[in-house]
Amino acid sequence: MNILTEFGRFLLMIKGMFSRPENSKMYWKEFMHQCSEIGIGSLGIVIIISIFMGAVSTLQTAYQLVSPFIPLSTIGQIVRDTVILEFAPTLVCIVLAGVVGSQIAGELGNMRVSEQIDALEIMGINTKTYLVLPKILAAMVVVPMLVVISAALGIWGGRVAAIMSGIVSKTDYDKGLLQYFQPYNVFFALAKAYTFSFIISSIPAYYGYYVKGGALEIGRASTKSVVVSCVMILFADYILAQLLLNSPPGS
Amino acid sequence: MIEIKNIKKNFGDHVIINDVSAIMQTGKCNLIIGTSGSGKTVLMKCLVGLFEPDSGQIVYGEQSFTEMDNEDRKELRQQIGMLFQGSALFDSMTVEQNIMFPLDMFTKKSYPEKLIRVNEVLERVNLKQVNNKFPSELSGGMKKRVGIARAIVLNPKYLFCDEPNSGLDPQTSLLIDKLIAEITEEFNITTVVNTHDMNSVMEIGNHIIYLYNGTKEWEGSNKEIIFSKNEKLNEFIFASEFLKDAKDMRMLEMKGKIDNNRNMDELLK
Repeated sequence: MNILTEFGRFLLMIKGMFSRPENSKMYWKEFMHQCSEIGIGSLGIVIIISIFMGAVSTLQTAYQLVSPFIPLSTIGQIVRDTVILEFAPTLVCIVLAGVVGSQIAGELGNMRVSEQIDALEIMGINTKTYLVLPKILAAMVVVPMLVVISAALGIWGGRVAAIMSGIVSKTDYDKGLLQYFQPYNVFFALAKAYTFSFIISSIPAYYGYYVKGGALEIGRASTKSVVVSCVMILFADYILAQLLLNSPPGS
Repeated sequence: MIEIKNIKKNFGDHVIINDVSAIMQTGKCNLIIGTSGSGKTVLMKCLVGLFEPDSGQIVYGEQSFTEMDNEDRKELRQQIGMLFQGSALFDSMTVEQNIMFPLDMFTKKSYPEKLIRVNEVLERVNLKQVNNKFPSELSGGMKKRVGIARAIVLNPKYLFCDEPNSGLDPQTSLLIDKLIAEITEEFNITTVVNTHDMNSVMEIGNHIIYLYNGTKEWEGSNKEIIFSKNEKLNEFIFASEFLKDAKDMRMLEMKGKIDNNRNMDELLK
């Protein structure tokens, strides 16, 4: 199957998701379940990654800024912007592509090969609406929240590393955090988070939903969905940076 | 009643179903039999709308299923129950939640009302004390019975069973067959069973369609099948040496079981 056919089928899946729910209460329940699975289920790994990401950024930035003419507070500023602009949305979403993506592809793939999706279809349920849409919507609600948490924890992790290592004082780091802050960067990070959350939920859902075969094929679909999601995240990252950072409002 | 009119289905150049017509009768177990790869499952999937036939028509009662739009199909599907080969129970749900799922989705009953209905159908399939078990904790036969319970919970008019005995021992198979036959008669539903199990054929086959390479080769009942002169059907029925011997050596008993009123001297001729 060539890439255009796959893309066409992906678009048809997305189109097929939008139909009238058979029972709104059941769909809401499924949506909340997915929010919990994706959000709470990934919170632990997001916390760990974010703290260490911020800490390492502080240490490496300090290592590179050797000039005595650059104030130490700049370290805090660089860590803040790096975490908000790139690390929190992109790195966290790449990790989530592995965690959430493989979970979605595996779950739907298993449902497909064990005929559970067919069973739902025969009951008269639109499986794209019931199984795929809540996952995508849940990801689009909770992933940006995780990105915000990640950014806050990353900056805090950088502060802890700065103080513990004695490279930068608490006052200098905090001063750096506040200087030249552009709220637009937060908008950019959230724009990335929404885009990536769609990618990390819809692509694995596609691979899982259309899997054919048995356990081996589910594994392959899961791996492929993670690889494709990661590549698409990097591609979208570049496009968004080109579109939103080269011409920010007021420039 | 379900009427199948000249159904054809190809996958690429490969002909799977070739111009099959039949009438699935109400209140009877209609069996589709044939070897593996003969097109039984594809025909059943066409009947329930999981595959679209390339040509032909499927009529449920008075309504043409093939010409319905998605919304009408959704409505009709609430009158259809299906037991899958692997039971297709939802892994993440308990037995109770599995059976309650169609009620949750399509009725506005309160939880106690739904629970009463769940326990009713569980009792009907002879299962007790399994409400809180997960499918992984059940035996193959129990999974099939839960599958049947879920299929009948909305009082369907049509019941489809895809290989209901696959992976089951002969004793449990017999129980499942009897259950399907009883439910069919009790609720006067149109049951379509896909099988290649000869025990099922003899036990519950009120109406049998034999498929050979996607074509309807023979049609009749379990009372007629053993006496059929159709070579392809006989090859299928008496595929094993044991059954051939059974046919030759124990014909009288077998015939006697089918129709005790027949004159034995006449049968020997």
